[in-house]
Amino acid sequence: MTDFSIIQSVGAPLPLNNLDTDQIMPKQFLLGIDKSGLAHGVLHDLRFDAFEVPRANFVLNQPAYSGANILVAGSNFGCGSSREHAVWGLMQIGIRAVIAASFGEIFYFNAANNRLLLVTLPEDAVSELMREISDPASSGLVIDVAREVVISASGKEYGFSLPARQKSMYLEGLDMVGATLKQLPQIEAFEQAHWASNPWMKVDLPTMRNFLPSWAGSLV
Amino acid sequence: MVARTLYQKLVDSHTVARIDDQHVLLYADFHIMNEYTSPQAFGGLAARGAAVHRPEQQMGVVDHVIPTHPDPVAKRTIRIEAAAAQAANFTRNCDRHGIHLFDVTDPAQGIEHVVAPEIGLIRPGMVVLCGDSHTTTYGALGALGFGIGTSEVEHVLATQTLVYRVCGNMRITINGKLPFGTTSKDVIMYVVAQIGAQGARGLAVEFDGSTIAGLSAEARMTICNMTVESGARAALIAPDATTFDYVKAYATDMPPEMFEQAVASWRELKSDAGARFDQHFTFDAADIGPYVTWGTSPDQAIAIDARIPAADALDADAIKALDYIGLKPDASLIGTPIDRVFIGSCTNARIEDLRLAADVIRGRKVAPTVRAMVIPGSGLVREQAEAEGLVHVFIDAGFEWRQPGCSMCLAMNDDFLEIGERCASTTNRNFEGRQGRGGLTHLMSPPMAAAAAIAGHIVDVRKESAHD
Ligand code: SF4
Repeated sequence: MTDFSIIQSVGAPLPLNNLDTDQIMPKQFLLGIDKSGLAHGVLHDLRFDAFEVPRANFVLNQPAYSGANILVAGSNFGCGSSREHAVWGLMQIGIRAVIAASFGEIFYFNAANNRLLLVTLPEDAVSELMREISDPASSGLVIDVAREVVISASGKEYGFSLPARQKSMYLEGLDMVGATLKQLPQIEAFEQAHWASNPWMKVDLPTMRNFLPSWAGSLV
Repeated sequence: MVARTLYQKLVDSHTVARIDDQHVLLYADFHIMNEYTSPQAFGGLAARGAAVHRPEQQMGVVDHVIPTHPDPVAKRTIRIEAAAAQAANFTRNCDRHGIHLFDVTDPAQGIEHVVAPEIGLIRPGMVVLCGDSHTTTYGALGALGFGIGTSEVEHVLATQTLVYRVCGNMRITINGKLPFGTTSKDVIMYVVAQIGAQGARGLAVEFDGSTIAGLSAEARMTICNMTVESGARAALIAPDATTFDYVKAYATDMPPEMFEQAVASWRELKSDAGARFDQHFTFDAADIGPYVTWGTSPDQAIAIDARIPAADALDADAIKALDYIGLKPDASLIGTPIDRVFIGSCTNARIEDLRLAADVIRGRKVAPTVRAMVIPGSGLVREQAEAEGLVHVFIDAGFEWRQPGCSMCLAMNDDFLEIGERCASTTNRNFEGRQGRGGLTHLMSPPMAAAAAIAGHIVDVRKESAHD
């Protein structure tokens, strides 16, 4: 069983800000109907050239970093498109944690729902870590989730804080859908009250659809 | 009572239960799905043997992978095998759960964020979710819309709710009259350039001010749509008479009494005096000109008469972006030759956008070096443009007049830029490779893109007389 409380691995530096999910998982890999087969797509255009030859200078293609489970990335990592494929793909190449100064909002929750650990550290801490791991000799990192610290090869500790809910979701794994399904009676009670005071919020698309011929060509 | 923002009111009115001090269980009045971010959610639902809680409050639309060849609607087919399989799978999923699908041959098919408002589904005060980041569009009608991931799509399918972290509030006030030649696209590109790609990260942004008040509902959609490019979690505009008129025109299933009752409650949908915003920006419309991106992030943009930042003002990201896009520091964008023009996307493919573009090209010809296309946002927009005769303006000028879809906004279908092709595009993202690997994108307004098509290079639309 995977131990979620500690991640110990080489950290790969990826010093690009605003690395969007289009780049993390380009569109040509989004045509599947399950989560499989995304490993090749991850950071595709950064990892491979136009002839599908691995770019020797890209960090994850270098022997010292190719097995990294931790990425240390620029700020606003995972901004842009909502595609959860970006998270699935990163996990399929073995990434278990990303350390950055900030993350795209939707990406952040997608990661939480898949137990990909996102560690937010201040900008200068990220730069310092980035410098240290850029030397393969000091690229080892330990993330102690329970204590909420990242420990670099030189032994320096960087504290981070996970919101309580994210922390327990990560450590324990949580079937969120299953948990909410138990609250269906409460949801139904909410619905009745909500529709009683806001009847116009209850749309019924299949019925509305019957109006369509009169809509066509009526755009103001 | 504590003064609340519009955003807080919308969250409060949809809170089924409070989970902890940050999270609520949020009710979704409506949920929209596309073919590529929903399959694994349906898969998860099947694996747990769960049903869809409220199928009638869901909609599916095939928009991202659909080709835009100008085939008649009834003959539209997806020629890429994997994409066809994805769409077929989507049809099966929707059919199985009784979810209404705007399928490939549906005359009302279009881009999800164009279709939903124009068929009257989006009403002030609603919460609307979709597995797509540009769901912020619906804030233009005073509805709280935001994008979710596929795990969350499964959660909404099963429970019609979302476990949601409530966010902070930002207010952006824009006052004054928009200068000649500028559109709401320029407003939002200006705002994103001012506050940056992370400027509103994780915040709900409420727009107000006289400029916003003067905009049409569709123009407001362009703004709320692209607010996500500043990292915003949501964008909102308090509903007003413009909003009510729009909803009345489209939500034709609402009986008049219900509409009157609704309007009375919609008038309450505004931030209270004294409501607390974490950040507040104020801009003057007079400072806004036609905006164009020069880099690979939507905030790397300048007014058309300004210059790309000088070498000493560039950080590492900007240097990398300029290198990719093939332009020089301190240069003007005017005169940059383009190969393609794309008028489309959920940002700028509504009827008003097409009218604005048509006004620029009427009676003129696309430069021989340019391939230009118009992808109407939906089947209804396309029909309307045909009824108004805009179609002839485009075709006579040499534009391709195609069927609706996301198309080259993200190039998941068979429309894409070749390596090194430069495109004047009315879309929302100029990320590296977004419109095709090695493609070079310049975001701009529909009139600016139309003017670029005629000139063959990037121009200042204000200096181009339509009938010279
Ligand atoms: S038009 Fe572009 S931004 Fe809009 S939904 Fe489609 S791909 Fe996304």
